[in-house]
Amino acid sequence: MTPTDAPADLAAAAPAPLLDATSSDAALRRFLHGLPGVDQVGAEQRAAGLGTRSIKAASKAYAVDLAISMVDLTTLEGSDTRGKVRALSAKAQRPDPTDPTCPATAAVCVYPDMVPHAVDALRGSGVHVASVATAFPSGRAALDVKLADTRDAVEAGADEIDMVIDRGAFLTGRYLDVHDEIVAVKEACALPNGQSAHLKVILETGELQTYDNVRRASWLAMMAGAHFIKTSTGKVQPAATLPVTLVMLEAVRDYRLATGQQVGVKPAGGIRTTKDAVKHLVMVNEVAGPDWLDPDWFRFGASSLLDDLLMQRTKLTTGRYSGPDYVTMD
Amino acid sequence: MATFEYAPAPESRSAVTLRASYGLFVNGEFVDGRGTPFKTTDPATEEVLAEVAEADERDVDDAVKAARRAHTRVWSRMSGSERGKYLFRIARLVQERAREIAVLETLDNGKPIKEARDVDVPTAAAHFFYYAGWADKLEHAGLGTRPESLGVAGQVIPWNFPFLMLAWKVAPALAAGNTVVLKPAETTPLTALLFAEICQQADLPPGVVNIVTGAGATGHAVVSHDDVDKVAFTGSTEVGKAIARSVAGTTKKVTLELGGKAANIVYDDAPVDQAVEGIVDGIFFNQGHVCCAGSRLLVQESVAEEVLERLKRRMATLRVGDPLDKNTDVGAINSPEQLGRIQELVGVGEAEGAERWSAPCELPTKGSWFAPTLFTGVSQAHRIAREEIFGPVLSVLTFRTPQEAVAKANNTPYGLSAGVWSDKGSRILWTAARLRAGVVWSNTFNKFDPASPFGGYQESGYGREGGRHGLAPYLKGSER
Repeated sequence: MTPTDAPADLAAAAPAPLLDATSSDAALRRFLHGLPGVDQVGAEQRAAGLGTRSIKAASKAYAVDLAISMVDLTTLEGSDTRGKVRALSAKAQRPDPTDPTCPATAAVCVYPDMVPHAVDALRGSGVHVASVATAFPSGRAALDVKLADTRDAVEAGADEIDMVIDRGAFLTGRYLDVHDEIVAVKEACALPNGQSAHLKVILETGELQTYDNVRRASWLAMMAGAHFIKTSTGKVQPAATLPVTLVMLEAVRDYRLATGQQVGVKPAGGIRTTKDAVKHLVMVNEVAGPDWLDPDWFRFGASSLLDDLLMQRTKLTTGRYSGPDYVTMD
Repeated sequence: MATFEYAPAPESRSAVTLRASYGLFVNGEFVDGRGTPFKTTDPATEEVLAEVAEADERDVDDAVKAARRAHTRVWSRMSGSERGKYLFRIARLVQERAREIAVLETLDNGKPIKEARDVDVPTAAAHFFYYAGWADKLEHAGLGTRPESLGVAGQVIPWNFPFLMLAWKVAPALAAGNTVVLKPAETTPLTALLFAEICQQADLPPGVVNIVTGAGATGHAVVSHDDVDKVAFTGSTEVGKAIARSVAGTTKKVTLELGGKAANIVYDDAPVDQAVEGIVDGIFFNQGHVCCAGSRLLVQESVAEEVLERLKRRMATLRVGDPLDKNTDVGAINSPEQLGRIQELVGVGEAEGAERWSAPCELPTKGSWFAPTLFTGVSQAHRIAREEIFGPVLSVLTFRTPQEAVAKANNTPYGLSAGVWSDKGSRILWTAARLRAGVVWSNTFNKFDPASPFGGYQESGYGREGGRHGLAPYLKGSER
């Protein structure tokens, strides 16, 4: 995914088949509440069932490399510095310095003020710079502050913007406010050349609580023009869980069937092991379909996951488990 | 690898040690049968697994005599808490040997290892634990103040859940103080014989559990034996009727768990993704070899098209093949005979004008296989809507109103189970109250718990297994 792939349809939000649904608050409410419900027990059972798939040998090697190429290597700390971001950027480009066949990660994800350092460090590498924006993680700021935050990151060279939705507005049923804010942020992602930084919309599913809400928020974000829907900021527990990702994968699958437009999914927060990552990939494969098995359409927002993927990768190639001392620490 | 193909992930066969031949288990020992030994095969590969003894009438008589002796001298005199100890021990041994049982079940039956491992064996162990707990509390079961065991139970079980059905039969019988003579199905005798080893390992007194292998004639000898006090049968309605006739006029108690043609009702406000999962689980679980399978999908006309589209897409992702592969969803059909019956009824469905759709999947060339299939354009008059196919074949019917759904669901000689899918609780309760079926699942399917009674209406049989109700058929004085 590069910024130049993005369609220049900045103002057009919902695609034609769904335009009516966003014509008023009442229409949007009717539409979102008319989506089929999600049965909690059934969704969790399905996610657990897919989690029992046994991925071995060549398919595991494939999954590990794919997962590495899907990682948005993330640092979102108050203590972030230029040095930290540069180190992380170096790791993103060459996750395993001893093995040039190891793929690079998809992106490095930082706060807006760290974007220039990441851009600098990643120039020409093909690894994207993603920036959180819109008063991340709470999103509790005035709209013009959020938009300024977004423009700042885009101007500094961010290829991708990870915004948060207004959960307060969503939970009080002001769906059109949430929708319009996403549309506004997407406009702020515009680049001078007529293209647009890719927009990932964080639902913060840990605060939405119910799977019905996750499904509605997913559709809302897609209708507002999200390129990606993302589970969490990583600052709220629970973050990404398998059933939440399941519901979001069903949403992008159904959305493409309804509109012809493909939207990506990014679970973020709480995915720490290769086993977790492989379970997610199995779910992508069997729920959304193989079209989503691509860094353009599926990402992992994670920091420690990469280390475990690298250790498993080394084990698969050498037959030995190296341990954390043999993975670069950053 | 350009796409995410799952590499083969076969469960190891090494957990199982197959013997070349197996005898009968009578009075705590393995003995030769007097009938003609028969072979049991792996339906996925046609490989002969072992030769198994056939019990004739004399062998069955020996087994019943051993069971009678054990009942009179040991088991009925033992305190409930002592009986409970044996059952707890058996339950723990089942858990300890879970992998061995699961692999053997998959080999002999053709079901996916995932299912044997995650459903059949754990549920069987749970049954033994559950009834072990009842053994010393029978006087609190609401079945009389001094409940007494009946004596010898003759039990005949089917091939679809060989080990689980054994647990359903043996656990309550033993907990209530009875001894048993059990006949497993002729195509799946091996896990029952493994259970015999577990009985030895648990030091169960000789004769409390006896296992006689063979086909219909052996089963007939068991249920018609004069000294059997109680007959418990799970299997086809046809055989069930014959058994009911043969015990008529005797003092034997009978429970029959027979066929079904369950309706799975999907309302327009159903949680559609989970409903699709439930439909798939309802009919393709265990290759559809399930008496309570949701083999009739009743879907509200307003959402029928959407549900079918989703269902077909989901069916296309089912992984059919090597049952020992941990990623297999649908395994082999248990026997060429059963495959023939499925093919025959599917042919009838096509001839009657229903539209057939089968999931696009490559079937192995050897063994018995049938692709997950559904029929649309089915009416109540079609044979595939009335007769139990007992295979991975779903008949799809539509309805317009809740009244029509209930009327169609009940329009069957069977009545074992049903499913209701809706986000509206009041509609679920309204529907469930009107369905003539022993079990009604709502927004789920195929959930089994040892504490929950299971059984049918009409031609699906009588008597209940599981729960407190499951003790009644094994105690004097309680109904049936």
